[in-house]
Amino acid sequence: MAKRIDVSGLTAYYGAHKAIEDITLHVEPQAVTAFIGPSGCGKSTFLRTLNRMHEVTPGGRVEGKVLLDNEDLYGPGVDPVAVRRTIGMVFQRPNPFPTMSVYENVASGLRLYGGRRMRKSELDAVVEKNLRDANLWNEVKDRLHKPGSGLSGGQQQRLCIARATAVSPDVLLMDEPCSALDPISTLAIEDLISKLKASYTIVIVTHNMQQAARVSDRTAFFNLAEVGDPGRLIEVDATAKIFSNPSVSATEDYISGRFG
Amino acid sequence: MDPANAGDGTRPGRDGTVRLGDRVFGGLAKGSGITLLLIMAAIAVFLTIRAVVAISRDEGNFLTTFEWDANSHPPVFGIAVLLFGTVVSSLIAIVLAMPVAVGIALFISHYAPRRLAAPIGYLVDLLAAVPSIVYGLWGALYLVPRLTGFYEWLDHLFGWTGILSYNGTPARSLMSVGILLAIMILPIITSVTREIFRQTPRAHQEAALALGATRWEVITTTVLPFGRSGIISATMLGLGRALGETMAVATVLSPSFLINASLLESGGGTFAQNIASQFKEATSMGRDALIASGLVLFVLTLLVNGAARLIIARRREYAGNAG
Repeated sequence: MAKRIDVSGLTAYYGAHKAIEDITLHVEPQAVTAFIGPSGCGKSTFLRTLNRMHEVTPGGRVEGKVLLDNEDLYGPGVDPVAVRRTIGMVFQRPNPFPTMSVYENVASGLRLYGGRRMRKSELDAVVEKNLRDANLWNEVKDRLHKPGSGLSGGQQQRLCIARATAVSPDVLLMDEPCSALDPISTLAIEDLISKLKASYTIVIVTHNMQQAARVSDRTAFFNLAEVGDPGRLIEVDATAKIFSNPSVSATEDYISGRFG
Repeated sequence: MDPANAGDGTRPGRDGTVRLGDRVFGGLAKGSGITLLLIMAAIAVFLTIRAVVAISRDEGNFLTTFEWDANSHPPVFGIAVLLFGTVVSSLIAIVLAMPVAVGIALFISHYAPRRLAAPIGYLVDLLAAVPSIVYGLWGALYLVPRLTGFYEWLDHLFGWTGILSYNGTPARSLMSVGILLAIMILPIITSVTREIFRQTPRAHQEAALALGATRWEVITTTVLPFGRSGIISATMLGLGRALGETMAVATVLSPSFLINASLLESGGGTFAQNIASQFKEATSMGRDALIASGLVLFVLTLLVNGAARLIIARRREYAGNAG
């Protein structure tokens, strides 16, 4: 089930360095929200605070609140492992498990929790469904038990998306999922994102503004005052509005290519 | 011959001539490779010639005789006991050392706080710096007397199997040798696997974390599969060392040319230990006989290495790195 995310007053650190400061933002369910901004503005860091991956980095810590349908992800007693089970993530570089086959990659999340008790036929069905949803089934159905690392970059990335969706998360986070891919593969992923938003809340970080314009419903623009300063959320609005008539002049400067 | 030869100094420079540096390094590399082959060949030829001489005069069966009387006339000797002792003590060592070493390596690479990881790693490396005769003395004077209680307990529980029965004599047995060897090969296995575990790509570990894996699940889904061939190579390195270990075994073991059904009771021998104990007082025939046993050890080590390579090659298809 797609869920809504409400972030309030979120600040994230790497050791003593403040990477992002005081971010308040709402992410709508069953919609695509794009994060754009210049390099170093903290949009990837912010994305990683949404599934508690930020704290995996040594020295990484977070202040503030992230509510997933009113449940605080940073509340006392909340297990980060449980958070990551409900909020899936796709990374910049395709990272299928190299020691596993295509099939095992998709099944890997399920095997982590309870999948060991799943019947073979059930697991087969889940794997097939998610590969179909990821528009990958026809390309890999004859090589399900070959290594996932043997696929092309674009196929690997769709495999990673299938792996993330196989555990039926509430939210799908994507950290520049197309930046290592060629234009054709990028198009395939973008089509997939538009299809997946019917079932998931999707947040995508992108360096490519055309991509943000193409796939997202809402866009958040992040910026930093100077190198070394923490990144801040400048504005968030409907994508059409951000790209035609943003309320802040810095957004317009960035979008029209005057900096960044 | 192989891809390394693509740059062997025959490639012309921009002006068409072969550069001096290329030629020197090419020659040096080629020379080193050839030297290694020559040394290996020389060892093999030496061992084979002397061994053939000895085995042709052997009045017993070289493979099955339970006796080592190579200095007398006629010479009677066989490697059955040595082969058994070498293989069994090394296997005990590997079975004991491998899980512990992998555990220490995982602790250092994935569990210990950074401040603790470095000193522990250093401490383990230090174990490798202790001379083997010191291990032998420690084993004989400290470890063996303290093992009797443990062996009595094993005898109480598993004595009925015969393999683990114990009669209370000093525990200068293959099991004690195996335990000592396990401690001696721990550092090499630990440091090799630790380095492999550290190289597990971050991208794969994060992929597992993002799926909701616990720390242990990250290790079982990414670190261990990624390090699998490394664990095998490290284990084989350790096994190689255990097979050839001499002084420590010679100090701890109370040798005899019998195969004792119980691993806990004194007796048995290993190739290296037998060579070290007998070499000084051996006649020229006796020496050739010892060299013949050395050849068997040489072949055994080659087989172990070959098996390791086979296992690693079979998994190579899956050894690709991050997309």
